[in-house]
Amino acid sequence: MLKLDKKVTFNLTYKPFGERSILIEWPAVIDETVLQDIIRFKDAIHDFNVKSIVEVKNTYNSLLINYDLVCRNFENEVNLLKKIYKSSDLEHDIVSKLWTIPVCYDPVFGIDLDAISIEKKLSKEAIIKHHSEAVYTVYFIGFLPGFLYLGGLDKSLHIPRKSTPRLQIEKGAVAIGGQQTGVYPNVSPGGWNIIGNTPVAFFNPKLELPCFAKAGDKIVFKPVSLKEHNKIKMLVDAGVYQLENELVND
Amino acid sequence: MIKVLKAGFYSSIQDMGRFGYQEYGVPYSGVMDVLSASMANSLLGNDVNAAVIEITMTGPTLQFFKAITICISGADISPQLNKRSIKLNKAIQVKSGDVLSFGKLSKGFRCYLAVLGGFKTEKVMRSRSMYKGITAQFMLYKDDELDHEDVLTGVASAHASIKVNASHYDSEVINVFKGPEFDLLSKDQQKELFANAYTISKDNNRMAYQLEATLKNNLKPIITSSVLPGSVQLTPSGKLIVLMRDCQTTGGYPRVLQLKESAINVLSQKFTGQSILFKLV
Repeated sequence: MLKLDKKVTFNLTYKPFGERSILIEWPAVIDETVLQDIIRFKDAIHDFNVKSIVEVKNTYNSLLINYDLVCRNFENEVNLLKKIYKSSDLEHDIVSKLWTIPVCYDPVFGIDLDAISIEKKLSKEAIIKHHSEAVYTVYFIGFLPGFLYLGGLDKSLHIPRKSTPRLQIEKGAVAIGGQQTGVYPNVSPGGWNIIGNTPVAFFNPKLELPCFAKAGDKIVFKPVSLKEHNKIKMLVDAGVYQLENELVND
Repeated sequence: MIKVLKAGFYSSIQDMGRFGYQEYGVPYSGVMDVLSASMANSLLGNDVNAAVIEITMTGPTLQFFKAITICISGADISPQLNKRSIKLNKAIQVKSGDVLSFGKLSKGFRCYLAVLGGFKTEKVMRSRSMYKGITAQFMLYKDDELDHEDVLTGVASAHASIKVNASHYDSEVINVFKGPEFDLLSKDQQKELFANAYTISKDNNRMAYQLEATLKNNLKPIITSSVLPGSVQLTPSGKLIVLMRDCQTTGGYPRVLQLKESAINVLSQKFTGQSILFKLV
């Protein structure tokens, strides 16, 4: 459910951030009600079509508004933003998608499954079950191009980052770090615990939409065998793989 | 076409950057010193967003295979055409076969080579700025061949040359605004921030400049939020990190200061061991 039943109002703070940006902040919590309010505000700003605003980007509890030129009158801009926030359509449906991401949890990829199993006193099957049964919310993309910040990891799988980060984590690695889970969109160093791999590309700079997902979307991980992983990988590499998705703008 | 005979320390193609893709976690990139790059372009009458070569510390050796007008601005790395010194900030006509090389670094850290019409290298996500994982390569290598616009007319006044304000290189002052978490610092911490000169550590590159010396820090990390080029982060160990053009789009350290745009340009011309002083504007 992405539609709010009633209006939740937040006390927002507006701060100048350098010469060309304004940072709007919600309370410092990771919460879906906050995310929905942020996305509704973001959509309203897009709909209002302020010419001087070139980019609007959210994180867990903030919206960054980038202006094309030096923002000379901070107060005027803030007043306009406040007006847009107030008038944002409460009935506005947030159009989002549910994406099904195939993940192979085979030990070939899930190189930290054994260690997690010992530490959390959970069978590997239980880890996979808990990880693939949850529905995750995309809060925003950051850290690396195409890296999704996901909320919704089952408490039983919360596990600290590794004390020594790995220098190289494979592209597509599915991992757990702290209270979060995520997919490494590219080869990168990293300290998260790796439990599987997806053949799906999370970032393609050649596409006009370089990442299929956006803030507010939902993700589920579907376990697949090593054989299926290979097959999907071939389709992905050939550019013909169709990612399963459905609209959730109910 | 221009061929890279020697790569030098670190050169890359940059324009004004990659805008509109922050939502996907894509860094802005773009020239570190916008002022100097714009000067090289404007002296040639180029579009402000025309792609240039950003040259760091030691220059590459380049050979021209077409006659073209060039201009070099920014740091003085003693540029030479066919082993004869050439001037900075001046449109210069080169012939096919000419070789551009560089010598000693005498002022600044980064210079910009613009060619009339701009470099026509690969454009990804509306920008030619090189960045690892976005463009096919992130720096120039020996034997690279760079295409440029095939223009011979429309040269801006070949005699035009510009004097550059020396403070762009000599001043220690880095003008800043308060960052989003500035007010969380105690009065003493705020005072300390502006009282000390900070030395630039050896960890400085297009992503960030780390500063030596530490600030007493008792701030908690923030919930991951947006950062910008010019954001000054305070790490749990008290280190200050100034983010630069290739920085990530989000971060979890308190953002205590934000550099003025012109201060990012000034810092881009500084290097390991030099010191800076933050000044609130």
